[in-house]
Amino acid sequence: MLVPAYNEGAVIASTLADLRRDFDHVVVVDDGSADDTATVARAAGATVVRHPLNRGQGAALKTGLEYVRSRTAAEHCITFDADGQHLVSDAVAMLATARDQAIDVVLASRFLGRCEDMPTSRRLLLRSALRFSRVATKLPLTDTHNGLRVLSRQAFERIDLTQDRMAYATELEAAIARNELSWTEVPTTVRYTEYSRAKGQHNLNAVNIVFDLAWDRLRSAP
Amino acid sequence: MIIKFLLIAAALGFGFLMLRRPTLANATAARRLLGALFVLAGIVAVLMPNAVTNVANLVGVRRGTDLVLYILVMLFLFVSISLYQRVHALDQHVTDLTRHLALLDDPRAGSIDLEPGEDRRDRLPT
Repeated sequence: MLVPAYNEGAVIASTLADLRRDFDHVVVVDDGSADDTATVARAAGATVVRHPLNRGQGAALKTGLEYVRSRTAAEHCITFDADGQHLVSDAVAMLATARDQAIDVVLASRFLGRCEDMPTSRRLLLRSALRFSRVATKLPLTDTHNGLRVLSRQAFERIDLTQDRMAYATELEAAIARNELSWTEVPTTVRYTEYSRAKGQHNLNAVNIVFDLAWDRLRSAP
Repeated sequence: MIIKFLLIAAALGFGFLMLRRPTLANATAARRLLGALFVLAGIVAVLMPNAVTNVANLVGVRRGTDLVLYILVMLFLFVSISLYQRVHALDQHVTDLTRHLALLDDPRAGSIDLEPGEDRRDRLPT
């Protein structure tokens, strides 16, 4: 279980307490938080890997995947947002799907499932992001940039992320198709709390994601 | 008239510059050569103000100040692009370094769910 976290000291204890009931091994990548995220996470029984500098969620996730790949024998790695927007029961169900059907990548879909209190602007933005992702990744996705995923060892050994910031999510989806990994989506619930709305991405960050991806595409074209 | 070809060629050149991954040595050499060129051109322009106008007329620009403006715009583009590329490369280095450091001072390095002396590969499905 891999949880990237940046300044999540206020909520990470309860997120980790929920997780620890079902998962023994929780790795938190503290992405250079200025608050007590690392201390709280350690006290909650997680293994904490700490970035000395803030490098973005994509970078943190890559560090976590590198940790799981090189220091553990885990056959699956689940990524889970620290702010408590995901349900642990969804993660358990997705892991079961990955195991039972031997699927490399299980993605969570809030649009197959439920979103609680999702702002309309976010819904509209995600709809267009989804259209963009389908074209960019060539996968018939029903949701995109959802922080909850299950990756098999084969998947996290093959997928190489280069985007430090949020664009990594599209990059990861594209890597599924490129590496010919098996994948599926599972309906899940996303809870939009006051906290996650304040802490989460600003809608305008979509511009940065598209720019990062376009820049990368341009440079790797020739 | 000639200036149009020069400006379009320069613009295309910058597009090309943006796309290819710069080898750092080349980029540095180009920057230094350009820098030296501009120092020389600056001195000449100060000593002989009419020379700028003459050169401008030569490439089909009426006023020397116009030519200076065109060159300035192109120079600005060049500087912006090469700075952006440098910052991007630095960013990647910092991230790699950060990752390396983070994994170095991991408190439970190598022990998360392995017995002492056990190789992680022993646990992998075959």
